[in-house]
Amino acid sequence: MAQAAIELIGINKSFGAVRANRDINLEIVRGTIHGIVGENGAGKSTLMSILYGFYQADSGEIRVGGQPASIKTPNDAIALGIGMVHQHFMLVDNFSVLENVILGAESDALLKKSIAKARSELERLEREYGLEVDPDAIIEELPVGLQQRVEILKALYRGAEILILDEPTGVLTPAEADHLFRILKQLKEQGKTVVLITHKLREIMAITDTVSVMRQGTMVATRETKKTTVEELAELMVGRRVLLRVEKGEAEAGGVKLAVKNLTVKDTRGVTMVDDVSFDLRAGEIVGIAGVAGNGQSELLEAISGIRHAVSGSVMLDGKPIDLTGKADPGELRDRGLAHVPEDRHHVGLVLAFEENENSILGYHDDPRYLKGPLLDIDAIRNDAKDKITKYDIRPADCRLKTANFSGGNQQKIVLAREMEQDPGVLIVGQPTRGVDVGAIEFIHKRLIAMRDQGKAVLVVSVELDEIRSLSDRILVMFAGRIVGERGPEASEGELGLLMAGVEQREAAE
Amino acid sequence: MSTPYAKLPAWADYGLIPVINLFVAFVVAGFVVLLVGENPFRAAVILVEGAFGRGTGIAFTLFYATTFIFSGLSVAVAAHCGLFNIGGEGQGYIAGLGIGVVCLAFDSVLPWWLTFPLAIIASAAMGALWALIPAYLQARRGSHIVITTIMFNFIAASVMVYALVGFLKPAISMAPQTRTFLDGAQLPKLNWVIELFGAKIRSAPLNISFLLALVMAYLVWLLIWRTKLGYEMRTYGHSPKAARYAGISETRIVIVAMMISGALAGMMALNPTMGDQHNVALDFVSGAGFVGIAVALMGRLHPVGIVLAAILFGMLYQGGAELAFEMPAISRDMIVIIQGLVILFAGALEHMFRPYIQALFASISPKTVGIEAVKGKGA
Repeated sequence: MAQAAIELIGINKSFGAVRANRDINLEIVRGTIHGIVGENGAGKSTLMSILYGFYQADSGEIRVGGQPASIKTPNDAIALGIGMVHQHFMLVDNFSVLENVILGAESDALLKKSIAKARSELERLEREYGLEVDPDAIIEELPVGLQQRVEILKALYRGAEILILDEPTGVLTPAEADHLFRILKQLKEQGKTVVLITHKLREIMAITDTVSVMRQGTMVATRETKKTTVEELAELMVGRRVLLRVEKGEAEAGGVKLAVKNLTVKDTRGVTMVDDVSFDLRAGEIVGIAGVAGNGQSELLEAISGIRHAVSGSVMLDGKPIDLTGKADPGELRDRGLAHVPEDRHHVGLVLAFEENENSILGYHDDPRYLKGPLLDIDAIRNDAKDKITKYDIRPADCRLKTANFSGGNQQKIVLAREMEQDPGVLIVGQPTRGVDVGAIEFIHKRLIAMRDQGKAVLVVSVELDEIRSLSDRILVMFAGRIVGERGPEASEGELGLLMAGVEQREAAE
Repeated sequence: MSTPYAKLPAWADYGLIPVINLFVAFVVAGFVVLLVGENPFRAAVILVEGAFGRGTGIAFTLFYATTFIFSGLSVAVAAHCGLFNIGGEGQGYIAGLGIGVVCLAFDSVLPWWLTFPLAIIASAAMGALWALIPAYLQARRGSHIVITTIMFNFIAASVMVYALVGFLKPAISMAPQTRTFLDGAQLPKLNWVIELFGAKIRSAPLNISFLLALVMAYLVWLLIWRTKLGYEMRTYGHSPKAARYAGISETRIVIVAMMISGALAGMMALNPTMGDQHNVALDFVSGAGFVGIAVALMGRLHPVGIVLAAILFGMLYQGGAELAFEMPAISRDMIVIIQGLVILFAGALEHMFRPYIQALFASISPKTVGIEAVKGKGA
């Protein structure tokens, strides 16, 4: 009979007034892969943080292996055999794999002894679970997929029987993700229990045995994966029917709005991030740039929007060049009809400490519409913000609320509303739906397609392949700073995945 | 994953929490008083009575507060732009040079109401100039403004010594200070305003620069929250990357903000020189620039808060002097300890009690903290 590895009974957790978890009951069966899905802010991370000892539940009981457990710190969790792989890796970049694995679990006062001990243990783990990593490699020199393996090794080294993975595939290529899933299956076969937190329903379907859905702090359903569908899960997550793929007609591409030629960008260390990139963006089309995070897409966007210095090449907006010395005035580019939704809305696109209405003029604060003599026209700004709130269904509909208090999806809508309502000729969007919940994704995609249908040129950079495929009229794939291929929206995921992993290019080089 | 930042009603945020912080500071200070063998309740009574009990006390309290309002505003303007101007002391000190030159040149020719505007301009200009160099070094060379402004405090001190033992000093005098200003550079007192309320004032230095301080507080509010420049400063202060994205020039905004900050610090010199001593003497700023940091923090960088915090510190200065006089066991240093505690609880630990108060509000009335409106950031 299946035995429960973890039971959560009546877990409640509030932050001040916000009830992040309400009366959660969950049973995770030993030796299974259990998925937990939910929108951002649904309380998944909070629940797992309670399980891992970052937070204390206000009420409720945790049982591990049938025994009531008191988990006050991550050390308690580790002692109970619970390990966690965080979304953002907790690794020391300039340490070796081995040093990272033993960090905090050194067995001796002298490092040499601990390392020797760890090395043999690590070799055993690697053999057992197919987790090959060079123990002496330095973390920062490893690709993300391998760094994640180090995180898993860390947990196993500490004797984890139950492994929690928080959004593990966000930074992986499709191939790396597949490899991760093979590892997880192997762990399952060895009797370990895996808890997978994600918002990607496809992964849930591919790998889990059971799936639980959270919405607004409550556990709304637990299903056997075999007996459910993506559509049902999406509906459970959002609480209503969701279009997973936005309908769109054929593109009617017009003249070239943005022409990028031989653009090369280096970062501050002199490493080439964008390497001789050329493409055209036409009116009335959406061009998607696919690629694994960190292959130069961010730098490309920043160079085009005039924020980052480009070493060589040119970018023409409506036939006139954009200053690529890194000293371009983004305000002037806005006047010329180039709107930019940056990838990092928390630090670039928004000032989180501002009221919503203050963010709705960021970058357009020079506009005479918002000024009254030497002063800001507060009434005009707030009315304008209220209009956008209504039009873009931003919730809560309070233009004086601090931006930090909006959910990720609504924050993104604030940025999109600001940039789209300026009626730009060219819109460049970085990660349009990163950290955005399913309901808002649908809305944002519809808006982007509506922009296209109005004859605007839209450039989308995203690490979500699904998103690129569903939005784009043409797909460019970036790998190691170069555009390694152009495909139509009908290109298969596997084909794009190979391009993203740089496979074709490597073959060509050989 | 961060704790969602629930909203408190404004009166609790800006009224209740500072009052609680202040209360705790005084309780701890009370224990210190107890420790040296004095009665903390009597000490508190002396302190408050010394500051507000009689007309003269009130006038002195407001006189001290005047300087602190300027220096607090100076720190706040820079802080809104993400800059820690720790050089208010030097900027205020060097402004004395401008004031000295203007007053010595014009006090015999012009009436005070013409000398005063000139002195305001001179002090603001000197303060701004003194802030300009560190600002430029920060904006263009990346030299940290905390370091450079501290160093400029020392340079200002040396320059002032040079000036006050040299060309500013009357040839026949042995004291390192200017000659006493004539009527044309003496600011009118405001004591009559307090006397209107029936209080008697023997002699107190409260003068018209107090009104200037209040006007500047209003102008700073206008600048920060109602002008484009203030908006740009706040954007840069919260997120330089967002400012870059919004097309705000880093060099320009850093330099402009620091110059405004320096100008405000410079104006703080008007009060002790033209308003009180009627000369420019060695060390006339006497730490007011540093007190401004505490005032700004405690006032939560808002002009209204700064005026109130400045009055509180004025009270500590004035009441503290009385206390040191009345209770010999409590020395001048004890007063500094009490001031330190106020800074510690009201400034550095200002959020210490916040979670508890939030929880309290949440349990009493969830609506007040916007329970439905706020969503967690995590997951």
